[in-house]
Amino acid sequence: MTQTPTDELLRKILGETRVIVCVGVSMNSVRPSYFVARYLHLRGYRIIPVNPAYAGDEFFGRPIYDSLDSVPGNVEVDMLDIFRRPEHIPEIAATAMNRFSSSLRTIWMQVGITHGEVAKTAESKGLQVIQNRCPKIEHQRLFGELRKMGFNTGIISSKL
Amino acid sequence: MDLTATYGFDTLQVHAGAQPDPTTGARQTPVFQNTAYVFKDADHAAALFNLQEVGYIYSRLTNPTVAVLQERVSTLEAGIGGIACSSGHAAQIMALFPLMSPGDDIVVSTRLYGGTVTQFSNTIRRFGWRATFVDFEDLASVRNAVGDRTKAIFTESVCNPGGYVTDIPVISEIADSAGIPLIVDNTSATPYLCRPIEQGATLIVHSTTKYLSGNGTCMGGLIVDSGRFDWSASDKFPSLSQPEPAYHGLKFHETFGELAYVLHGHAVGLRDLGACQAPMNAFITLLGIETLSLRMQKHVANAVTIAEWLEKDPRIEAVTYAGLASSPYAERARRLYPKGAGALFTFAVKGGYDTCIRLVDSLRIFSHVANLGDTRSLVIHSASTTHRQLTPEQQEAAGAAPNVVRLSIGIEDADDLIADLDQALTRAVAKT
Ligand SMILES: Cc1ncc(COP(=O)(O)O)c(C=O)c1O
Repeated sequence: MTQTPTDELLRKILGETRVIVCVGVSMNSVRPSYFVARYLHLRGYRIIPVNPAYAGDEFFGRPIYDSLDSVPGNVEVDMLDIFRRPEHIPEIAATAMNRFSSSLRTIWMQVGITHGEVAKTAESKGLQVIQNRCPKIEHQRLFGELRKMGFNTGIISSKL
Repeated sequence: MDLTATYGFDTLQVHAGAQPDPTTGARQTPVFQNTAYVFKDADHAAALFNLQEVGYIYSRLTNPTVAVLQERVSTLEAGIGGIACSSGHAAQIMALFPLMSPGDDIVVSTRLYGGTVTQFSNTIRRFGWRATFVDFEDLASVRNAVGDRTKAIFTESVCNPGGYVTDIPVISEIADSAGIPLIVDNTSATPYLCRPIEQGATLIVHSTTKYLSGNGTCMGGLIVDSGRFDWSASDKFPSLSQPEPAYHGLKFHETFGELAYVLHGHAVGLRDLGACQAPMNAFITLLGIETLSLRMQKHVANAVTIAEWLEKDPRIEAVTYAGLASSPYAERARRLYPKGAGALFTFAVKGGYDTCIRLVDSLRIFSHVANLGDTRSLVIHSASTTHRQLTPEQQEAAGAAPNVVRLSIGIEDADDLIADLDQALTRAVAKT
């Protein structure tokens, strides 16, 4: 189980990922999930928001979908980022694994969210699973941003 | 944040937080002696001001040299991040600021640095805050002193003036069951001798003025957060759990999780209270920290040798040092502070106030200064100096009675320090 992912795995995921579907993300600009999506967008990831409350609105010029089923099937989603409570996870994960089976490589559950069974199933299908983490914080930590405000990044390097 | 890399202390004290400068390749951390930073564009500026991105805006809030110091100390303390301040005293106020509202109180140990006793018994009252002083050996009193408006418990690890080491695990249990953070001033122990977060503390404060800079060169303070406290578990900490008006109603803990306290310390604390550390001081302190473990080993070894010598001397009434086998705290010190009980201790001279004054005036290597944690050995007669403002009862409780002298043992040759004390004692006692 990837409960404590190594920095190496986190770096690999954040490095290889291009398209992230964010399920349950809020468009309220002071909500934590909006911070995450906005940050990842500004770092160059393509964000596909899914949230029925904002269906039809836009996020940086791209449509917000009401469900995973409405996301066009030809989009090469390589990461599912879940902002929903654990009870919704099995269904969301199953839909995503089915719909994006050819491209999906990672299932990521946000801080406070874990689901052992879903993680096991996904890993048995060769997917990478991260639980109880925030991709924004991990990106900020691993790529130098948190260092600017005196956080303990755990990174020691003698290289430029 | 569970850090996967596990380097040893000596490696971290040299490297944590620092990397070769990306533009010049400079290997030592440069001193960024500038106030402001250019924004890439208006969006970048807005994102920084909204806390959507972390970056440099203005050196009152963040500075690259200061950031290295913050990361270095928070790494050595096994914390999540740090906030550097202009002095140790500033760090104490800054540490309390996010926790306290007018009418709130803190429960604090009677065995604290005299300046802290004054800050907590007088100055913080002007903010509507109050401190209840209790003997931390009496656990029932500590528990009873915690009330509905108590927002933190505060103590030192190895205590200044000395001779006492706090049982941090036991005190942290009291804080945990009350749902409030334990703040530990780890100045006299340094993270080399004690890592309070590993023993259950939530927040650490430092006067980096002492052993961290190490050479008596510059003022500085630092707060380290463990990142482990749930600020939203109760309604006690609205600054962290409730909407912050200055940031469009953002809730720090909800939005930033374990990073909340440190971000608040920069984005609200340093921004509005302004007690930031100077980049040059951060640079000098970083140089000091590179040799922290080596210095602490010598400080402690010298302190033990000298305390043992003093204890056997007929001119001495008592030596109060947890590093001595005779100390009532010796067992605790061995268990919780296995690398040593610090290099700060007091001794009582047979004679009293005047003998102490003569002793201090007769020393040739020990310097009479109101400081500790210098490479040089230091001496002070607390009752006539740092603890002068305290009542006799407070002096006694703080270990600063009139016949007591405090030593901060440096890294000189122990034999020379003993010879100096010997000749000064001879002169001091001869006149009685
Ligand atoms: C244990 C302790 N805490 C805090 C302070 C205050 O630090 P500063 O002098 O850096 O303000 C001191 C200074 O003597 C100290 O010894």
